[in-house]
Amino acid sequence: MTDVRDGVPDAPAPGGAPEGSLVAELAALDGVPVAYFRGDEVLFPARERYLAAAVALKGAGFAMCSDLCAVDYLAHMDRPLPDGVAAERFEVVVNLLSLERRRRVRLRVQVPEDDASVPTLFRCYPGSENMEREAFDLFGIRFTDHPDLTRILMPQDWEGHPLRKDYGTGRVPVQFKDAPGPR
Amino acid sequence: MSDEQERGSAAGAVASQWAELDPAGRPRDERPPEHGRGDAPGARDETAGAGGDLRTHFDVLFEQETGEGDQELGPLAETDAVELLIERGAVLRVPEDSALDPTLDPELDASSFGDGETMIINLGPQHPSTHGVLRVMLELEGETVLRSKPVIGYLHTGMEKTAEELTYVQGATNVTRMDYLSPLNNEICWCLAVEKLLDVEMPPRATWIRMLMSELNRISSHVMWAATNGMDLASTTMMIFGFREREMVLAFFEKTTGLRMNHNYVRPGGVAADLPDGWEDDVSVIVETIATRLDEYDELLTGQPIFRERTEGVGVIGPELALAMSATGPILRAAGVAWDLRRAMPYLAYDEVDFDVIVGTVGDTFDRYAVRLNEIRESIRIVRQILEKMPSGDYRVQDKKITPPPRARIDESMEALIHHFKLYTRGFEPPVGEIYSAIESPRGELGCYLVSDGSNKPYRMHWRGPSFVNLQSVPALLRGSLLADTVAILSSVDPVLGEVDR
Repeated sequence: MTDVRDGVPDAPAPGGAPEGSLVAELAALDGVPVAYFRGDEVLFPARERYLAAAVALKGAGFAMCSDLCAVDYLAHMDRPLPDGVAAERFEVVVNLLSLERRRRVRLRVQVPEDDASVPTLFRCYPGSENMEREAFDLFGIRFTDHPDLTRILMPQDWEGHPLRKDYGTGRVPVQFKDAPGPR
Repeated sequence: MSDEQERGSAAGAVASQWAELDPAGRPRDERPPEHGRGDAPGARDETAGAGGDLRTHFDVLFEQETGEGDQELGPLAETDAVELLIERGAVLRVPEDSALDPTLDPELDASSFGDGETMIINLGPQHPSTHGVLRVMLELEGETVLRSKPVIGYLHTGMEKTAEELTYVQGATNVTRMDYLSPLNNEICWCLAVEKLLDVEMPPRATWIRMLMSELNRISSHVMWAATNGMDLASTTMMIFGFREREMVLAFFEKTTGLRMNHNYVRPGGVAADLPDGWEDDVSVIVETIATRLDEYDELLTGQPIFRERTEGVGVIGPELALAMSATGPILRAAGVAWDLRRAMPYLAYDEVDFDVIVGTVGDTFDRYAVRLNEIRESIRIVRQILEKMPSGDYRVQDKKITPPPRARIDESMEALIHHFKLYTRGFEPPVGEIYSAIESPRGELGCYLVSDGSNKPYRMHWRGPSFVNLQSVPALLRGSLLADTVAILSSVDPVLGEVDR
């Protein structure tokens, strides 16, 4: 689909990062597991290195955080991941875009259920503010140091985080006065 | 646990990564010894246990960036827009219900409202110029807007959750309802994502039909925007003009797809039906008529002194700030960044047609108007090339696991009946994986992130709506402008609330 796909191999070469990979290029990403699927380059930084990886990528020309979302892998704790990545319940998925290189890179960060928090990207990508609020609202993942971590789509007094897989569907009371209870 | 408590307990294992970096995301030249890092015992253990990975890494960063001097905000003239935005902020960060009556909220810090000379007013969500149920809280000093906060969610219907309950075949009916002014672009984005997951190749005619529909939809969306923008600036003539032109396109959509909106015409594996007989004539009439009428728009608005007064220099955003706010589409291009996914990362067959990427210079409301108007002209140019180059052949892949057999085959072939039944009851099952696929919708980068667990329904579907992301730029655009210009600026962002709230 893109020009850059041609240069990206389908599987990492044995012994070290493949040619053309960002991991090989940036020292800050040294040792970060990487995977390829359908031409997308996916990095798996540990949570402690996530912010430094994003800062390094921004320095390398990835000027735009085009997307940020979360995934609840409650039903798939045994999903396939590259070596050296321990599966956790949540993942925060960040899509960075480089205009100069015409290239995208995706970061998948494992976030444990008992401490569902990751540092915010707000200070290097201010455009991630609303997307992080959305991930907080719908998944309950806290973005530490976020300037305004409040609900964005759901009402302020809503309980629970609807896109979590254990959030019951079809059991929400109708929000009208004198509603006859759960549907 | 309330939001407040959750925020309060944020000092987790990773709480202090930012403490190590300065506001612009660069590392501090002097690392504060153990600053904040040791709050959680787990964090200390983790850092030590990981063999000092993190330390080493930060050390490298520090070495690169030392000697930078004070990290305080410098003089206003020397501070770049992004840093200023982060430090001072254009976003009004107060609870959404506090504007109803600030005095009733004891937790609210009165100082956040300024020195008493400012007031907060609500625009919307029932205001006709907010293009739907958008509410904007505006902090005003006299008639000047200081900070503002778009409040959204009034139209939230959980479409991403719904998508997890629908098969890939049904998914197109869901996403087409998000951005209701460019439903075909939504369907194309969805189908390209699903096809990337399946790794199937489209027949050329399917690709070109999609491109035709995408460009016609871009035209209808932009003339609709021109209409409502005209109405916001008190030009009812423009409103009638815009709706008149849009009607022509919608009539063709109705003829082709059976519906005027929410078509479900583009489906995984191709399109639902071939173009109707005589479509070339219909499309020629549409583009020729709209091409001449664009000149009328120019006469009506572009050179008109009142229109220019109301739009020039209003709501200016520069390229750095637009990029930092993740703005895409006409907002980014009006700021002077020639970024169009059709050109930069071509999908469908956009690398085989000739068109220009329209950019502005100033990044004000007038530039955004001009970019959109000229994008209609470029779309017309593309449609004319499609009219010449439209290939013949199949309009969908002949893989019966993905697309249904023709109706007549069901009567004579048991296998066709089974395929039809399986496709509509269970659908197909893409391989395990996750992909992100993006197209250029009339409003910017429209992306779809799909996670497949190998079943017939997506495990997770995330929609990167350009309206949702572009709305973040509104406070930056509004800051320092007059209340009366708010309407013009909001209109120039062109949010579609169905997509914002999903």
